[in-house]
This record gives sequence, structure tokens and C-alpha cells, in this order.
Amino acid sequence: MRRYKLIGFLYLTPALLFVLVFTAYPFAQMVWVSFNSWSLITPPRFIGLDNYTRAFNDRQFWVSLTYSLKYTVLITPILMVGGYLIALLVVQNTALRRLTRTIVFVPFVIGLGVSSLLWYWLFNPTFGLIDKFLLDIGLISKPIIWLGTNADMSTWAIIASIVWKVIGFGMLMFVTAIQSIPTEVNEATMVDGASHWQRTLRVTLPLTRRTVLLVTLISVIGSLLAFDQFYIMTAGQPFNQTATAVFYVYLNSFPYLRLGYGAALSVIIAAIVLAFTIVQLILTRRSTV
Amino acid sequence: MSVQTVESTAREVSRTGGRAGRLFAGRNRYLTAAVCLALSTIMVLPILVSVLASLKTTAEAAAVPPTYFPSTISLDSYARLWTYQAGLLHYVGNSLGTALLTIALALGLTIPAGYALGRFPIPGKELFFVFLLMALIIPYQALLTPMFLMFVQLKLTNTIVGLAILHTTIQLPFSLYIMRNSFEAVPNELEEAALIDGGGPWQVLTKVFLPALTPAIVTVALFAFITSWNELLGSLVINSKESAFTLPVILAAARTETSLGGTDWGMLQAGVTISIIPCIGVYLLLQKYYVSGLLSGALK
Repeated sequence: MRRYKLIGFLYLTPALLFVLVFTAYPFAQMVWVSFNSWSLITPPRFIGLDNYTRAFNDRQFWVSLTYSLKYTVLITPILMVGGYLIALLVVQNTALRRLTRTIVFVPFVIGLGVSSLLWYWLFNPTFGLIDKFLLDIGLISKPIIWLGTNADMSTWAIIASIVWKVIGFGMLMFVTAIQSIPTEVNEATMVDGASHWQRTLRVTLPLTRRTVLLVTLISVIGSLLAFDQFYIMTAGQPFNQTATAVFYVYLNSFPYLRLGYGAALSVIIAAIVLAFTIVQLILTRRSTV
Repeated sequence: MSVQTVESTAREVSRTGGRAGRLFAGRNRYLTAAVCLALSTIMVLPILVSVLASLKTTAEAAAVPPTYFPSTISLDSYARLWTYQAGLLHYVGNSLGTALLTIALALGLTIPAGYALGRFPIPGKELFFVFLLMALIIPYQALLTPMFLMFVQLKLTNTIVGLAILHTTIQLPFSLYIMRNSFEAVPNELEEAALIDGGGPWQVLTKVFLPALTPAIVTVALFAFITSWNELLGSLVINSKESAFTLPVILAAARTETSLGGTDWGMLQAGVTISIIPCIGVYLLLQKYYVSGLLSGALK
């Protein structure tokens, strides 16, 4: 038995070493750097918690953090409700529904950068097809400038593109969860004379709660850490109003070379994500009891 | 009323209920079909118009107002992309090399780790698991600076190996999650039979688990490929030499490239198309495995 434990540990070692060297060590280094003032050119200088107090008083950081939260709060319900409704639509195994499932999942496998470039083109007021189409059907009389001039408009345009890109993931997870509900459960409720929507609300939804919570967690973390779509589609414009928290970290770390400050911001964001994860895990655990 | 009668009545009712349901579905069948088709159209249309735009002539790709469909099919945009900077093949080669190495690393690390976590009584196993999932909560964009400094020391900047390591760290938590759950899902009897036959852990792994885990392996490989093939920022930060650039980096650069006084939209669409094709191709080819891999891994 003892030998068995040792062999098991041996199989675990490569992954442990990899994470130790390429994730834990850089993370520890980042935490250390966050207590320093450092611009790559000059050697790091220890300044204690100054970077953190500076972050607390940095208006743009609060704007970015609030913006990331706002984006998360706006997009998550759309993804969850939309994904679940599509799942209910296509859950049965007919040819048409299988095909729809396959197609809805397609955008999920293409890259976020690539899909952002694609939508950057579609939303372009001069060369893009969205304004062209809206003009042709007479819904608008002059092209709308979607990205980079109006913060709300930019946010909704980006949300549309991301919903298109990732809604298939939630759908697939929900479809598999709904399909794994034993048929007897559904038959029993049919006997009760429950309508389709009553059954969905009272039986299907509670029985798939774990999956709903898991997908919500993945979606919330992904949205809080959003970067690529904003980097490509708005570059934070107008006036850094659409600069997400991670975008602001990127700006500080690379173009501005404030490595210490960027590291402190990263630590704060990681702490926020950790808090969300813990809350979610507690909810999941409670729902399984 | 005996239990059996209740059950059979229930079955009877449910059958009629089912029939009523089908009837109901019958009336709504056209509506459902219409919604399915509309949904599919919305999902496919952006990709379709982009692929079509890549086939426009140089002049038409830059036309104002734009056209929906190319009036003549032309490979001009692809020709420009083919010879862009060091040539398309060079960047595709970098991307492909990095992606294959990422797949190898992800599988090489998570198959043994999943085996260990799913099948061995290791003390403090959950702690190790959480430690290995650590990258999940750290924005990897934040780790780029320390990673870059480390890679400079290890002489891994501007190499495929360095980038593949970075991509593996991003992909590791998900891969491990899938692997561990899939190892746990294999019935005990299979393993016991092999152990009784006198096989050691290595034989059990290769003879029993690997064949049973094909869906999980395909899923991990596929996601590793997609992540690596598409990753932009890390590649931008870690590589400074143009010869080491990957496809997404060149594509982002091509956005600012000009032709006829603006972004070269045609070439950009050609690049988008070429990036998308392998992703959709492997997804459709391996769909069968992939869905059941996700199922066994994610829904435990």
C-alpha cells in the first residue's frame, strides 16, 4: 500500500514540477514585484505597500475594475438564460436539433482574437456589413459608429460578439446535463399533469443546478478577466472607458513599463477572482447536499 | 390498487402524455424548425461572409459601400497574405509547431497526473489538485512579465518551446480536470482484472486506461490545439523576433497594414479564414469523441 502511494506520487510529479516552475514561481515573483517600484531599466526598489495604496487612489483602476464588473453583470445572465433556452430547444436527439447543436458550438472553437477581428470588420461603419445591412433594410439612415466612440454602444457591440462566440459552450453543457436526467423523473411529473414550462422550472432546472453553477463560474471568471476582445475591438476607447481591469494591467506592465504597479493590480484582480470562486464553490457544495 | 397497476397506469398515462406532447410538438414543429434554422443562420453567417470577403478582388474588398457577395472569385488576398513579411507558410509553421508541442506537453503532464489523482490513494490529494488548478484564478496576462524574465534567462524567448510552455500553463487546469474525472469514471472491474493478471501500474495505464480514455485524450488535445493556435498576447510578449511570430500575431499586424489607403480588409479576411479552417475542421472531424470527452470530464 505504501509502495502504491509512492508510485501514485511519482505519476503526479511531472505536473507538480511544471506548475511549480511555470505558474507558482512566476506568481510568487509577481507578488514580490508588487512590493517594488520597477521599470525594467532601473533595478527594483522596495516600497512596501505603496503600489497598493496607489491602486486604491487610482481613479482609472476603479473605472476599469467597475467596467469589468459591469461587463460581467451584463453578459452573464444573457449567456446563462440564452444558453439554457437554446439547450431546451435542441435537447432532443432529432437530426435537425443535432445539426443545430453542432452549428451553435462552431464559433466556440475559433479563436477569441480571430473572432474579435471578424466582428471588428462587421461593425466597421464604412466597410462592415452590419451597418450596410441596417441601411439597406431602412432601419437606420446613416451608419452607426459602433466601436470606440460611445462606451455603451461599444460594450453592447462587444457583448453581442462574445455571446455569439461562447453561447454554444453553455448550450452543450446544459444539453448533456438535461439528457442525463433519468427518464422516470420526467414521466413521474407528466403523471402529475405538469405543463412543459412547469416541468422545466420545477424539475429540469433544479436537477441541472450543479451544471448551471459550474457554467456560471466559468463564465464569470472569463468575463472578469476579459482582455482580447477589448484590445482588438476598442483598444479601451473612448477615453479608456472600455479598458477592462486586465487591459489596464496590460497597459501598466507593457507599454508604460510600471512592472511593480502592474503586478500589484494583478494581485488585487486575482484576489477578487478567488473570492468569486470561493462563493461559487460554497453554493455548489450546498446544492449537492 | 397494487403497486404494479399503479406503475402500469403511470406508464400508460405517461405514454398518452407523451403522445399529447408529441401532438403538441407536432403543432409547434414548424416553429421549432424555424427557430433552429434562424439560430443556425445567425451562427454561420458571420463566418460565411468573412470567407466570401476573402475571395473578393483587391478593389472590391476595399469598396465603399461594401458588397455582400464577391462579384468575381479572386485569390488576390491570399496571394498577398502568402508573401506577407516572411511568407504565410513560415508563420503557419510556427503556429503548428507550437500547437503540436503544446498538445504533447498537455497530454504528457495530465495523463499521468490524472491517473495519480483519479486512481491512487495519495494523502492530501485534494490539496495537490487545487494547487495544480492554480492557473485558473491568476490572469495569465499578469504572469507574462515574470514568465518573460524567466524565459530570457532560460534562453526560451523567440522559441517554439517557450511559447508552448506558456500555452501549456494556460491549458493545464482544464486538461487536468477532464483527465482526473475521466480516470475516476472508468469502472473498477477493468482495473482489477488487469491487476489480477499481474500487470503493474504502467501496464494498467497503457493497456486498460488509455484505450478507455480516447474521448478525454481527444478533448484535451483538441482544446490544447485551439488555445495554442489562437493565442495572441503571450506570443506578442514572449517573441520579439519577427521570424518567431505566430499566425495570430501576423494577423493582428495585418490589421494595420494598408492597401488602397486603409486597412487591407481582403488580406485580413484571408488570414481569418486560414485561422478558422483547421479549428472547425478538427472540431467537426472529432466531434463524436469530443462531446463525450466533455461529458465524462465536466459533468461528474
